[in-house]
Amino acid sequence: MSMILLIEQVLNGLQFGVMLFVMAAGLTLVFGVMGLINLAHGSLYMIGAFAAATVAGMTGSFLLALAASLAAAAAAGAIVEVVVIRRLYARDHLDQVLATFALILIFSEGTRWLFGSFPLFLDVPDWLRGPVSLPGGILYPAYRLAIIGVGLAVALGLWALIARTRLGIRIRAGESDREMIAALGVDISKLYTLVFALGAALAGLAGALVGAIQSVQVGMGEPVMILAFVVIVIGGIGSIKGALVASLLVGVTDTLGGVLLPVAFAQIMQPSNAMLVGSALASMLIYILMAVVLVVRPSGLYGARA
Amino acid sequence: MFPPIPKSSKSIWGADMLNVDKIDLHYGAAQALRGVSLTATPGRVMTVLGRNGVGKTTLLRAIAGRNAVSAGTIRFKGQDVTRTRSEARARSGIAMVPQGREIFPLLSVKENLETGYARLPRRDRSIPDDVFELFPVLKDMLGRRGGDLSGGQQQQLAIGRALVMRPDLLVLDEPTEGIQPSIIKDIGRAITYLRAKGDMAIVLVEQYFEFARDLADDYVVMDRGEITLAGAAADMDEDEVLRRIAV
Repeated sequence: MSMILLIEQVLNGLQFGVMLFVMAAGLTLVFGVMGLINLAHGSLYMIGAFAAATVAGMTGSFLLALAASLAAAAAAGAIVEVVVIRRLYARDHLDQVLATFALILIFSEGTRWLFGSFPLFLDVPDWLRGPVSLPGGILYPAYRLAIIGVGLAVALGLWALIARTRLGIRIRAGESDREMIAALGVDISKLYTLVFALGAALAGLAGALVGAIQSVQVGMGEPVMILAFVVIVIGGIGSIKGALVASLLVGVTDTLGGVLLPVAFAQIMQPSNAMLVGSALASMLIYILMAVVLVVRPSGLYGARA
Repeated sequence: MFPPIPKSSKSIWGADMLNVDKIDLHYGAAQALRGVSLTATPGRVMTVLGRNGVGKTTLLRAIAGRNAVSAGTIRFKGQDVTRTRSEARARSGIAMVPQGREIFPLLSVKENLETGYARLPRRDRSIPDDVFELFPVLKDMLGRRGGDLSGGQQQQLAIGRALVMRPDLLVLDEPTEGIQPSIIKDIGRAITYLRAKGDMAIVLVEQYFEFARDLADDYVVMDRGEITLAGAAADMDEDEVLRRIAV
């Protein structure tokens, strides 16, 4: 395998990884701060993608489409938090899973009802179409590079928000002691709505960005949501830094595994068998990774809780 | 420094900053408070004495709004706050130093202190100098994580955090519990200083009798959710109080 192909695959893995991060960041924040398992996080991803595709179709502007994805998902998140989610904080995780699973069904059917079952398409904008030449003569799609850039910018922005602002202090304080943060005069229900809407907006952004390289359709969020759960478990629940490291790890492992394992097995068996075994193993790879991490560090790479 | 409160402001809500009137509190079917009444006045320390499990902490939780009362009223600065939620009471000026301290272990000392800003207008968002004068150790440890502090340092941090709020009423739940003697002295000095400033009412729950007696202006003794003895500290019959709180 050529070096250029390998570097391309690493970049693909990073691109996949940063999108997983943008998705997982909200999930891990909501779990860490409110102790809530939100299965419907994937629906917010879908809402972002549909909002972006709709606005892009009406205005032709990709940036407006991205803004719409953020706004629509944040609004949907805030409404769902106020109407449904805030009744679940005191309940156990099973109730949360059941209720948010119901939300998936409602969002999916609602979207199907509004937009139909056919996929929508969101085009990569002209100014990001085509390849960029990287050092070493590698040609890589500009849009995918832009996604990596956006993902890293989101990571930096979230870090600044959590580490440097008063909202961040409250988020970290609320994580360890809700009762005390309320006794200091912080309106905890407003804080929760804000955190939930923030996580939702990020999921929506991820949906819009990925929507331009895949199709925008009902059910697009659930596979990503499962991977996002794998990411936050590996990274340590509640840890943004853990989510970043784990999503890059998962993205690169998954992408490289899919390419390299069939090649590796071809050294020791028939090419057709190698393809079969290699790709079967590749699809398990991130779960094996998760298992290994959990054996070594039961609370994840950066998990705070014992 | 703390924003000065005009002396005449007391008269707006009468002499009492806090007026707890015949409150009952239930945990499910169990009654934890029975007709408890208590007042706290600016510049005075109201001390709540009693054995373990007689309802002292529950009383403070009721005052701070952490638990809802089932009967009676709680007035703060003349306002009925009986049904007011915990964060709104904090905003109106009740600061709590809870049992177990409840500092935020993952936040730095500075950030812990800054969590006290929530009720303050932007221009007042600073850490008052006297917090560091009372507890110099906090100044030396501003960058350390709260969880890395010793128990005594955490207690000082919890009091410092409450003072950042510039409260009108400070409630302290057993601030000497599990704390080494030198720091207990610092905490006693801090309470004496705050009382002398005269703008803040203080309610102190304590098991450590000598500490409580030395600080008290007024006292109540609780037993089984009720107040069984009350009065001015100057007139306290120490033997009688000790008999009632002895284990």
